[in-house]
Amino acid sequence: MNFIVNGEAQVLETVTLADLLEALEYEGEWLATAVNGDLVHREDRADTHLADGDRIEILSPMQGG
Amino acid sequence: MLKLYETELSSRLLLGTARYPSPAVLSEAVRRSGAGIVTVSLRRETSGGKAGGAFFELIRNLGVRILPNTAGCHSASEAILTAKMAREVFGTNWIKLEVIGHHDSLQPDVFELVEAARILTDEGFSVFPYTTDDLIVAEKLLAAGCRVLMPWCAPIGSAAGPRNPSALTAMRAAFPDIPLIVDAGLGRPSHAATVMELGYDAVLLNTAVANAGDPPAMAEAFAKATDAGRLAYLAGMLEPRDMAVPSTPVIGKAVFS
Repeated sequence: MNFIVNGEAQVLETVTLADLLEALEYEGEWLATAVNGDLVHREDRADTHLADGDRIEILSPMQGG
Repeated sequence: MLKLYETELSSRLLLGTARYPSPAVLSEAVRRSGAGIVTVSLRRETSGGKAGGAFFELIRNLGVRILPNTAGCHSASEAILTAKMAREVFGTNWIKLEVIGHHDSLQPDVFELVEAARILTDEGFSVFPYTTDDLIVAEKLLAAGCRVLMPWCAPIGSAAGPRNPSALTAMRAAFPDIPLIVDAGLGRPSHAATVMELGYDAVLLNTAVANAGDPPAMAEAFAKATDAGRLAYLAGMLEPRDMAVPSTPVIGKAVFS
């Protein structure tokens, strides 16, 4: 399936958001995720099924003013 | 003591965490500033990246309260999603709400700001809105549920200092019971002292410290100026006069001629 992950096109055979994070080697309790503009809590990632064309955002803490 | 959303704070300086020469300098600057609150942000993490984790660890070790921002957002919907993601990451309902309306000035889009503030308040957030010194916008933000206002005094990162002290004075007078924090535009400790002398409750700054030649020393300088301005405000200052008034009593002065 085709996804847009943090603005970049990715082709992955993943079913859930948790699978996608694992396939792209994202790990850490500090990550926040959204699918198509909606927050997905970390405890819901394994139950969040992805569809072709989904836009996924994966954010983490950084310096800010 | 400063009270923001039921949290009492001994320091009246809030410090940003961006643009320091190194993590070690950042940590030392926060320590010497005495700040009880630091601002942080969220950005896209690269695949397999650990940068965010390392930064989060550093921030947690500072032992201060975290105020995540929505920097870089240009619409209410973008800011709302960022705020929710920040709550997920940082585990706090506090959010420094920034909705930028203009690329060059980084002036807030106050219409989107008020809308985002209302929705986020309804969702249980404690909103710290980065706003202008416009009194009507301030009223709308309070009606939206904000219990703190954070007007700019000059554009972000400009180091220009208070450009319109009269407007800041009017805002202080209009909202005597609302904590007011000057956020953005401070360049020198004297700027911080000036706004604190106007009766502002606290200052939030970043670049003036982070880009100083010696950031930890500048952090301490700002902390002292902030405290000095507050103390002066409470002590009651003289109004300027046009004519001289002798400070030494003239009664009993010797007459030599």
